[in-house]
Amino acid sequence: MEHLQILIVLIPLLCAPICVLLPGGRLPWALATLAAWTTLVLALLLLGRIESEGVLSYALGNWAPPIGIEYRLDYANGLVQLLLATVASVVLPYSYRSARREIDNDRQPGFYAALMLLFAGLMGITATGDAFNVFVFLEISSLSTYALLALGRDRRALTSAFRYLIMGTVGATFFLIGVGLLYAMTGTLNMADLAERLPAVAGTRTMDTAVAFLVVGICLKLALFPLHLWLPNAYTYAPSAVTAMVAAISTKVMVYVLIRFLYTVLGADYSFGQLPLAQVLMVLAVIGMLTASAVALNQPNAKRLLAYSSIAQVGYMVLGLSLASTLGLTASLLHMFNHGLIKGALFLALGCVFFRVGSTDVERLRGLGRAMPWTMAAFVAGGLSLIGVPLTVGFVSKWYLVLAALDQGWWALVIAILISSLLSVAYIWRLVEIAYFQPSPSRDITREAPLALLIPTWILVLANFWFGIDTRLTVGVAEQAAAALLGVGP
Amino acid sequence: MSGQLALALCLLVPALGGVAIVVLGRKPNLREAATLTTAIALFACVLSVLRDVAAGDWQRLVLAEPLPGLQLALQPEPLGILFALVASGLWIVTTVYSIGYMRAKREQHQTRFYLCFAIALMGAMGVAFAANLLTLFVFYEVLTLSTYPLVSHAGDRRAMEGARTYLGILLGTSIGLLLPAIIWTYQLSGTLEFTPGGVLSGNTTPLEATLLLAMFVLGIGKAAVMPVHRWLPAAMVAPTPVSALLHAVAVVKAGVFSVIKVVIYIFGIDYMSTIPAERILVYVAGFTVIAASIVALRQDNIKRMLAYSTISQLSYIVLAALVLTPLAEIGAAVHIVAHAFGKITLFFTAGAIYVAAAKTQVSQLNGIGFRMPWTMAAFAVGALSMIGVPPTAGFVSKWYMIAGAFQNDLYVVMVVLTLSTGLNAAYFLPVIHRAFFRAEDQPPRVEHGEAPWPMVAALVLTASLTLLFFVFNGPVVDLEKVIVDLP
Amino acid sequence: MISLGLYNYWIVIGLMMVGLYVMISRGNLIKKIVGLNIFQSAVFIMYISMGVVEGGAVPILTDGVTRYSNPLPHVLILTAIVVGVATTALGLALVVRIKEAYGSVDEDDLHRMDNDF
Repeated sequence: MEHLQILIVLIPLLCAPICVLLPGGRLPWALATLAAWTTLVLALLLLGRIESEGVLSYALGNWAPPIGIEYRLDYANGLVQLLLATVASVVLPYSYRSARREIDNDRQPGFYAALMLLFAGLMGITATGDAFNVFVFLEISSLSTYALLALGRDRRALTSAFRYLIMGTVGATFFLIGVGLLYAMTGTLNMADLAERLPAVAGTRTMDTAVAFLVVGICLKLALFPLHLWLPNAYTYAPSAVTAMVAAISTKVMVYVLIRFLYTVLGADYSFGQLPLAQVLMVLAVIGMLTASAVALNQPNAKRLLAYSSIAQVGYMVLGLSLASTLGLTASLLHMFNHGLIKGALFLALGCVFFRVGSTDVERLRGLGRAMPWTMAAFVAGGLSLIGVPLTVGFVSKWYLVLAALDQGWWALVIAILISSLLSVAYIWRLVEIAYFQPSPSRDITREAPLALLIPTWILVLANFWFGIDTRLTVGVAEQAAAALLGVGP
Repeated sequence: MSGQLALALCLLVPALGGVAIVVLGRKPNLREAATLTTAIALFACVLSVLRDVAAGDWQRLVLAEPLPGLQLALQPEPLGILFALVASGLWIVTTVYSIGYMRAKREQHQTRFYLCFAIALMGAMGVAFAANLLTLFVFYEVLTLSTYPLVSHAGDRRAMEGARTYLGILLGTSIGLLLPAIIWTYQLSGTLEFTPGGVLSGNTTPLEATLLLAMFVLGIGKAAVMPVHRWLPAAMVAPTPVSALLHAVAVVKAGVFSVIKVVIYIFGIDYMSTIPAERILVYVAGFTVIAASIVALRQDNIKRMLAYSTISQLSYIVLAALVLTPLAEIGAAVHIVAHAFGKITLFFTAGAIYVAAAKTQVSQLNGIGFRMPWTMAAFAVGALSMIGVPPTAGFVSKWYMIAGAFQNDLYVVMVVLTLSTGLNAAYFLPVIHRAFFRAEDQPPRVEHGEAPWPMVAALVLTASLTLLFFVFNGPVVDLEKVIVDLP
Repeated sequence: MISLGLYNYWIVIGLMMVGLYVMISRGNLIKKIVGLNIFQSAVFIMYISMGVVEGGAVPILTDGVTRYSNPLPHVLILTAIVVGVATTALGLALVVRIKEAYGSVDEDDLHRMDNDF
């Protein structure tokens, strides 16, 4: 039982090379799906263990921390792992039909291998309690992401992947510099150990530099405005399943890393008390929320529109964590989980559209409400959740975010959140209007997407409503995690 | 039937009816039968709730608990039952009317039309029985979204533009003002439950309360208090049955109903009277009454004139609610019913004139009373009720409102009511005059008599209700006395 | 306060700036990768310099030596170098594909051909 913590990373990691060796598309797919489902079970088991035993610690290769690498699991990463496993378990079954259509046959094994590497990398980032280990897993996931993005049929997929490669590597290297400086000051890489030793050296110029590099590096990867330039094209031209996976979980994991470093490693007192990080992050988050939502309004491509919306939503998460209160952190963690479900559902629905129509241009959505009723219903449901209509997950996280802002008397933030919500109403409604109230341009009948795509899509859509109505699990875990991160809980 | 089951059915019946409508979409006769059955069943459910309540069974029904301490719950309450009764009862009549209207006009997308109608009614029921602000907000939005396809029904550019204005203003105000007001209320008082006596007392400073009240009154855009009234004229591009039931009864009444509930159960009448700026809102509502009447005076399009008349009449209700005396609150509640009967009659006649004579302007109505006597007689009844002349329903509610204003020595309210009565007469009486006392300018292009019989039957029925309510308003008044603790 | 004694770090900063500048200013994709490599090398040097302990010997166990330099940063940077090589390989592979698809590896040409980016 105690090996669960490492198995959840190892299983997908080991599946990757096996996938490459297996012939055709079906076997690698089956293996990858099985691996994803196994991790889902593991994630649930682990969450159960956290509930009964508290923080879980696992010494890799039996080297006792802080010398060896420690894997450390509390509510915060337990929640993220659950999100990762859920999304992967849904996207992988979906990817079979979708990838067969969008990716050449001889590339299929590689596709699943890269998908597994991406998944393993992200899992690793959340599982580990070692700062340098984060970098290694970060690069594993990033390299596989670059490869996956480049698999898109449009040639612009290549340029966008290249652009992301340059910016992503710069971000990761910045992160590496930050970790290096932390190590130079403390002589340890273990996060818990770092947290203990850092107060002694807090306030030195090296520390400030380290924090700057860390934060900029992480923010590049999580696409905080104005470091978001790589994201829209990357999401737009990638294969559908890849977009769904990356959009749903990649940036969320980076938000987790930011939270982990700011709260656990540096400590809230240092990062928000001594350094002006709260102000910087808050301002950027708000600008990102507003401008990205506004830019989303006029996008000619639905995937691109959602990509800009993702940038805005990242703003919400960063805003929550920059409030440095239990409520704000709860909101941030909740939105991390909830937005994963929302964007996953929306991009899967767009994948269904792409499967039949061959494009996600907004103009091509005309009349799809009639031609693909289930797909578009899923899209509308996901859109409502994105807007934050009650009974959906989007409402729950926004509720906590607004409460957190009100709690500290930040009226301006409340207004910004509302304006951004209104903008999201406008851009989602634009798509709905085109899909439902404009006649289809041609006579040819577009058929509904196959069940193999619809069922996973709807599972995520229903999850949006399920966790919007029964919030005991998510809110409970997020609240405990926030309390623990701030050091006020048990 | 237990109280909870009846409550649940109030939501389930229209939802299931919607499913049936879609399933039977290709068979118009069965589809319309399904709508009619649903409407009757819904009315029966509301009656059953009323019976349970009369027997002392005020059961609460919890649908879900999305956030700790925040439930999605239904709770019958006199005002809500009244609203639900009016909306569901008039749905039956409107369905009969729609069948005549939609078939005579050979409208497209009729299945979508009936489906959205059913969902809108479900939203209205949810608003009526909401036990707290969260539930109210959820169903308020259901109502907004489900009526969008109805407003844009024609599908041409004018309809789409009107529908966009409609949706933009309603969603904008509700998300931009109502939702923050709700969250703020929760943050201040820790609850969103509708509680007799209010929840805010003692939790707010006067300034906060003033802001909050303004956010509620303007955020509930459906109450159409100026300056958030523009959606209502825009919504007139919808087919007439929609204007009749939704934009004279269900949607707009959901708005004023929400305002009254907020005033009584969130602020509490006693606490409200201590908020200094409460008077400002009285003036805003009073201004809306007068201004909308003046605008209505200048309208030539019948439906637009009726829309502005609705705006003015809605502010009567808001105004009465803000007078803050028991009698005025009763007046507000009674006016929800009285205005519903009168205004739906007027819209029905407008639709009948459009279907039978293809006329939409007041100036075209010369002598039409001789061709369509029943219709125009009903119009006269509706118009008199709007003015508040006995023996119509409008007189009863105005009586209570003025009595309530006397209790509180609010003479400005009396001035507003008197002035607007004069204005109402000034734009309604000329129509009647044209219809009955002027000769036709020239023979119409098509010889026509009355509209199809289902429409005439419906409008005669609602006109009769307007007259009957003058005499038989006792049960309604008794029901509403409960909320203000009057013997 | 400028201490030339820590000249390693001056080199690190110099290299880092050169790398970043090349990445930003050059339109040629291959040159961008070169810039990226220079940038990463700067970080490698930084890590390695960090491990130096004054008067310490090479960290190989030898009799009579008690002071060793810290070997851990060296190990870490081995990993980082491997990652860097992988990144470079992937980047170059992408450049090859871009050349096949567009017939050019110059950013300006690519912009023009796609009308966006």
